[in-house]
This record gives sequence, C-alpha cells and structure tokens, in this order.
Amino acid sequence: MTSHAATTDPLFPRSSAGSLIAAALLIGNTVLMLYPIVIMVFSAFKTTAEIFDAPFALPDFTYVENFARIWGETSLPGYFVNSVVITGTSILLTLILGTMGAYGLARYSFPGNSAIFMFFLAGLMLPLKLAVIPLFLQMRDFGLLDTRLGLILIYTAMGLPSTIFIMTGFLRTLPVELEEAARIDGASEPRIMFSIMLPLSIPPMVIAAIQNAVPTWNDFFFPLVFIQTDARKTLPQGLSVFMGEYTTDWGMLFAGLTIAALPLTIVYILMSRQFIRGMTAGAVK
Amino acid sequence: MQTDYKNRERLRRAAWIAFLILPPLAIMLTFVVWPLLAALSSAFYRWDGMARGDFVGLKNFADVLVGDHFAALTWRAFRHNLFVFFALFVVQNSVGFLLAWFIYREPFGFRFHRVAIFMPVILSTVLVGFLWKLFLDPNFGLINQSLDMIGLGSWRQPWLGQETTALPALVLANAWHWVGFPALVYLAGMQRIPREILEAAKLDGCNGWQMLTRVVWPLVTPSTTITLTLLFIGAFNWFELPYIMAGLDGSPYGSTDVLGLYFYRTAFGNQSAGLQDFGHGNALAVLMFLFIAVVATVMTQYLRKREIAL
Repeated sequence: MTSHAATTDPLFPRSSAGSLIAAALLIGNTVLMLYPIVIMVFSAFKTTAEIFDAPFALPDFTYVENFARIWGETSLPGYFVNSVVITGTSILLTLILGTMGAYGLARYSFPGNSAIFMFFLAGLMLPLKLAVIPLFLQMRDFGLLDTRLGLILIYTAMGLPSTIFIMTGFLRTLPVELEEAARIDGASEPRIMFSIMLPLSIPPMVIAAIQNAVPTWNDFFFPLVFIQTDARKTLPQGLSVFMGEYTTDWGMLFAGLTIAALPLTIVYILMSRQFIRGMTAGAVK
Repeated sequence: MQTDYKNRERLRRAAWIAFLILPPLAIMLTFVVWPLLAALSSAFYRWDGMARGDFVGLKNFADVLVGDHFAALTWRAFRHNLFVFFALFVVQNSVGFLLAWFIYREPFGFRFHRVAIFMPVILSTVLVGFLWKLFLDPNFGLINQSLDMIGLGSWRQPWLGQETTALPALVLANAWHWVGFPALVYLAGMQRIPREILEAAKLDGCNGWQMLTRVVWPLVTPSTTITLTLLFIGAFNWFELPYIMAGLDGSPYGSTDVLGLYFYRTAFGNQSAGLQDFGHGNALAVLMFLFIAVVATVMTQYLRKREIAL
C-alpha cells in the first residue's frame, strides 16, 4: 500500500528520456572514475616497454616480476607496517579517549559541560597544518621528532573532535531508564558505562573509526615534516621516496601505486556503505 | 553521617567525570590549541632559523603582505588559490551536484554508480597525484596516448610542463579525486526532501530541469553550505597535490604556486635555498588561518539564512 504511488506512477520512470540520459551520463562518469584505476592495475603487470608501446592492452597477469621486486628490493613492505602501526594505534587511542570524553559530556550534567563540548566542536574546523611550526618545536622539545609516537599523538588529537562529536550525538539518544535501572540495582558508574552503554555503541564507533582512519592512513603532510629516518616512514611518504627512486621504471611505479591502493580499496569494496557513511558523517545530517 | 555520605558520593561522581573528560581535553590542549596559540604569538618575533630572536611587532606580517621580496609571491599564490577555489566549485561541486541528481533519480545501476563515484575519495592524495602525473606525462602518458588513439594527436600537450595548462590539470586531478564527496553529500540532502514536494512539482508541469533548478537546488542549501565551506577550506589549504605533481616551487615557473606551498617553503626551506624562516612562515600561517576562518564563518552564516526548514 505504502509504495503504490511509486509502482503505478513513479516520479522518474526508468524508461523516460530523462532517466536514460541520467543513466548514460552516470555510466560515462563511472568509466572516468574507474578507468584510471584499471589502467594502473593493468600497468603493474607489464614491463615498462609494454606500458609505452601498448598502454591499453590487457596484460599477462602471470607476469608478477614488478611485485616480486617490490617485495624483495624496496622498503615498501616496511612503510606499510609503519602505516598499520601508526594508524591502528592512533585510532585505538582516539576511540578510547573520545568515547570517554563523549560519555562524560553526554550522560552527566555538570558546570562547564556545554563549554567543553563547544571547545571540542571548534576543533573540527581548525586546520592544524597551519600550526605545524610550533608543533615542530614542541615535538623537538618533547624528544618526539622523527618518532612514530609523535605522529600517533598528533593523529589522536586530530581525531578527537569528530569522534567526540559522533559519539556524543549517539550517546545522548540512549534512554536514561537504561542507566537508572542499573543504578537501582547497585551498579557503579563505570560498570554502567562498560557493561550497559558501550556494548550498544559499536556502530557509531565504527563510523568514527572510519572517518579518522582514512585520512590518517592517507596523510602525507605530518610525516613529511616530522619523519626523516627511512625505517620510520609511512606508506604515502615512502611511496614518494619510491617514486623518486624508480622514475624511469614505469612497471615498478604502477606496481607500487597498486600495492599502496590495494588495502583500502579492498576494505572499501567490502564495506562501502560504512565507508560512505563514515567519511560523510558530520557533513550529512 | 548522611551529609558525609552524600559528599563522598558527590566527590566520587566528580572524580569519575574528571577521569572521563580530562585525558581527551589534555591531549587537545597540548597538540592542537597550544600550537595554534604559539603560532600566533611567535609570528611577532624575528627568527634565526629555529631560534627565536627579538620581538618585532607586526613586521613579519607587513613583510609578507607588502614587503619587497615576499609580497609578490604571497599575492601570486593567493590568486592561484582563488582560481583553484572557483574552478573546483565548477568542476567538482557543481558536477557533484548534477551527478547526485542522476543517482537520486535511481536509473538502472544507480547503486553501483554510487559506490564507483566514491572510490577515488578513499585513495591518498600522494597516490592520486603520482598516478595523474604519470598519466599526464608528455611522451608516454595515458592522456596523450589516448589522444593519439582517437586521432587527435595534434592536441597533445606537455600538460604539467607549460604555464597555461599546469594549474588547470591539477584542478582536474583534484576533481577526479574528490567529486564523489560533494556528490554523496548532495545525494543525502536530496533524499531528505519530502517526496510529496517533487510529486506536486511534477503535477504542476515541471520538467526535470526545472525541478532540479527551481525545486531541488533551493531545498538542498544545507548541503551547499557544508560542501562549499569544506571546499573553501580545502582550496586555501591546498598543499599535497601540488607538492606531489608540481613540486615545492610550483613548477613550471611558479604557475602552480599556492599559499600552502609558499608557506611550507618559507617555513622549512626548499632544496635550493634550504633556509628556515619560522617568523615569516608563522605570519603567513596566521594570515591564512584568519582569512579562512573569517570567510568561512561569513559564508556559513549567509548560506544558513537561505536554508529552508523542511
């Protein structure tokens, strides 16, 4: 009954001229979006000569020499491990600290509550890149220059505003009756938080984690400023080193780009709904 | 006894709240607020490399705005940022809006297109920058090879090597990377419009284009507010893509030099000069910050007033 309008007289019938044009233009756009990625993957299975002579041809996918060389003779695997450690740790810290803060702000009223919330919100808009000089001096004074811990702390701080924004919004919607019932049963405040409220909060945590994990994993600016030692470089930063080393060996270049793109792309294809929700959270009401 | 117990309970509750709030607050104060304030204050000092010298008042600001060898570069970079903002408004946000509308109409395959359009958004700027740098290569790049293949070989250009095409090429690479973001924000905005409004418009004889421009566009103003503000902040913070594709000096001949590159070069030096100048760097950063903050706030306020409550 509810959808009868949609079935008998849809707003945009699929056979209408408008819908056919929309479909055609979307196909064109999708080709434009995916073709460069396809060519990148194809080229990774070619020799440089093949890329130059037949850039559009299907490759021989059994030719994996480029990948073998990347595994054997470059530092990309090490950069990859660094990125996993740095992104993983900072997201974990952001989630723990952000959920703590959000829980305090969402579930208790106390003087200064809304001021502190506004303070965190303001952090959403602050471009920390512009404070990189004092941050550099601060890291030097803390002895954190050229360390992975320094990056982890910066990313944790940068992730807090959005995490607190997302988690506070969610935690405020949980009914008071939940915690009052537990309180009457004599549960302590930490116990209420950990065994009643947080188990309900996994979905917004996933959203917050994705929103911060993607820009952290992809960040180039802070490693560029703070990390000098090759063994501590992250994947985007290491990729720029690698691209400089193999400038003329295009087969290697495309294989390196393919390997760098692979992990997030696979997770995205498996979880595109959560990715889109996570990365547009805050911009979409 | 009763008040004693109550006090103890109150204290325990306060301690628990402090335990929850203070750690994230401390991290924010240390790594975000303090550096921003320090950037502001240190812009008033002369710096010899990384060592702070005498208080010089507004001299650093005056240097980068009207001084001899700084100001010309500042304003050239500023003009490039303006161009980037307006160009991206057309090829990224407006195209994103149209694509959102096509997806909203739910033609055949729209779910697939929705996933595809967002795919480049998850890739790193470094990766996208290098990928397009290879594609735009004058001799063996995909773009020129494609032109050859379809018989337009005479259109071949050294896209990143000449002043007229370098910045537009960077803008297009950026649009390829990010167009999915405004598209899906707009799509979400469109999905919040009550179906009855569009049905009424159709009954009144609106065609698709009129519905899009006269009904949908005004009603998705909240999405415009957010995408335009984020685009503005992004365009004036632009750094990674030009750094990867055009280098720290904004080659060729500074035709792609933007404020982000100029700030980084001033602060940390480039390969050729290698000099660090934290005083002028911080002055640039503070001016960029103020400019972005003021314009973004005014823009948001103006657009908010035009939003229609649904």
